[in-house]
Amino acid sequence: MSDRNNSQEEKIRVLLVDDEVGFADILSKRLGRRGMAVTSAYSGTEAIQTIRKKDFDVAVLDLKMEDMDGLKVLKIFKKAYPEMLVIMLTGHGSEKAAKEGMEYGAFDYLTKPCELEDLVKKIHEAAHKGR
Amino acid sequence: MEQNKRVQNGHYYSLTRNMLLVIIIAIMPMIVVSSIILYEFEISYHEKVYAHLEELVLKHKHNIDGFLKQKLGDIRLLGKTFSYEELSDESFLRDRLELLQEMYGPVFVDLGVINSRGLQVAYAGPFKLGEVLYSNEKWFQAAMKSDHFKSDVFLGLRGLPHFIIAVRQNWNGAQWILRATVDFVAFNKLVENIRIGETGFAFILNRKGEFQTKPLFDITPNKEPFTDFLKNGKKFKGGVRIIERDGASGNKVIYVAALLKHGDWLLVYQQNATDAFSDLRRTFRVTIAIILLASICIVLIALVLSKKMVNRVALADQEKQIMNEQIVETGKLASVGELAAGIAHEINNPVAIMVEEAGWMGDLLEGEEFKEGENLNEFKRTIAQIQTQGRRCKEITHKLLSFARKTDSRIQDVQLNDLIEDLIGLSVQRAKYANVNINMNLQENPPTLHVSLTELQQILLNLINNAIDAMEKTGGTLNVSSELEGDYIVVEVADDGPGIPEANIGRIFDPFFTTKPVGKGTGLGLSICYGIIKKMGGDIIVRSTMDVGTTFRVKIPIPKNEVQTGN
Repeated sequence: MSDRNNSQEEKIRVLLVDDEVGFADILSKRLGRRGMAVTSAYSGTEAIQTIRKKDFDVAVLDLKMEDMDGLKVLKIFKKAYPEMLVIMLTGHGSEKAAKEGMEYGAFDYLTKPCELEDLVKKIHEAAHKGR
Repeated sequence: MEQNKRVQNGHYYSLTRNMLLVIIIAIMPMIVVSSIILYEFEISYHEKVYAHLEELVLKHKHNIDGFLKQKLGDIRLLGKTFSYEELSDESFLRDRLELLQEMYGPVFVDLGVINSRGLQVAYAGPFKLGEVLYSNEKWFQAAMKSDHFKSDVFLGLRGLPHFIIAVRQNWNGAQWILRATVDFVAFNKLVENIRIGETGFAFILNRKGEFQTKPLFDITPNKEPFTDFLKNGKKFKGGVRIIERDGASGNKVIYVAALLKHGDWLLVYQQNATDAFSDLRRTFRVTIAIILLASICIVLIALVLSKKMVNRVALADQEKQIMNEQIVETGKLASVGELAAGIAHEINNPVAIMVEEAGWMGDLLEGEEFKEGENLNEFKRTIAQIQTQGRRCKEITHKLLSFARKTDSRIQDVQLNDLIEDLIGLSVQRAKYANVNINMNLQENPPTLHVSLTELQQILLNLINNAIDAMEKTGGTLNVSSELEGDYIVVEVADDGPGIPEANIGRIFDPFFTTKPVGKGTGLGLSICYGIIKKMGGDIIVRSTMDVGTTFRVKIPIPKNEVQTGN
């Protein structure tokens, strides 16, 4: 799914990876409204396929997914697109995995469920750093 | 519960009884062996006493027999040496008496010469007997039948107790008798001297059972005990007979008898058994007293020891029960924790979606088309409310997850005082708002702790927050103190709030137990604290009095090396 507000060029391209479809959908809508071009992927496998077709500035990655461990997806991302910045979403109490992710080169992490404003701020920070 | 207690008491009672039984069985051999030794001792002591008495009586029997024999020999010699004519001369006879008295003392009282018709032809002695006719006297008749004769003691003509020694002689075909009277007092001395203990004395009886000596104590002469001895005396080994009989006063009396004077007389020594065996009795009493005392001591010690032992067992049982309860408690907490964590995970995502959806509605309401909407504000309020309640749900799930899985359980060095000061600093604003004064009284230079900082923070912050909550309505004072107690450092968080009702105090560490109004507390705070502090190896105790206040004591273990250095 892609963003419909595609008029501005400097829109941040965001890949949102979460196997909780309802959450991914609503989050992508809300981020879209805040001026981002959001593509959703509902599994690790889908995310890897998507990333081959399109370029992204920032990826928001849920670490806990049914089909594939988020950390594994992160490793593949960083290998294929080292310049892409990854913000991880972890469950409460699984900060350990997030800290491990930081070692693999993730940009930062947020504890899920997080405030939308915090996520938006983080994405802007990441995008700013990337440019 | 009551029945259980009774069963347990019965159990401890039987335990005590068994231990006592074992000890009593253990002292039985001692008592049996002592009894056997005492019994053997008694027998040998009896034998020894009897042997001693036999020897004594035999010795005196020989003495007395010897005395009689000697006196008879003297008179015989006199009769053989001098003729009837010579002895019929009273002055000559008096000389002979004086000579005898010179040799033996006043044993011989008088001498007399009696012809065959029983007429006393000469007399030397203190009595004025003169020419007395003895023909009808029994002794005379007996003396005429054998060549010598010793009479029993009798009063005779003179009216004084005495006995006679008579020898029959021949002179020109006619028989005559030389008679001597033996002084009773002198003879009596022979048996008077036999004295042992308080009740031992001797006397002589004749065959009729009449006294031949004056007994020391006033007793009735009685030959009954010796009847068979008098009959068959010579058959008894050693010529001595020992008999024990019940005496007049109910005491046992020992009689030791020996025949004298060829079986005419009986030398009897008598003594009360209690007197004869007084040494034995004393030994017995002392021994029995010692055994009794020792037994009592053993039994008393056994009682005390078994009581102590049983108390210790009871204490151990109690501790075991408490431990079991704790294990159940911990298990309950763990299982509730797992369940809660599962639920929290499941709920997290739907709640997140709800919150985001509500947020999306809020986003959409920003659109121009809704600006003029009649109920725009009402919509916004509703959305805000959904988000607020969503966040509440999130908070709850966070706490549940904290309860199940600790956020940061890395062990690190923690300075307790710094931590407490930081926490108080965080709470000061809230406390001011609730009109609560905070006092700190901290242990100086407490040892460095080796625990998870966030966990300890969580415990203490929870307790401080609870205390402030408790005093929210009334205001009050919060005392936070710490002190060393053995291997632990104890932090006390005390409030002077309304206190916890007794009915609730047992449940305050249970998960989901809360008295706060709905929406204000999850009922997990204290049970999380409980779980954490138990995992640290410490403890948390609550003391509360209604209308006085509540004190929580948190015992945190000090690392071993810190204890050793006494830091």
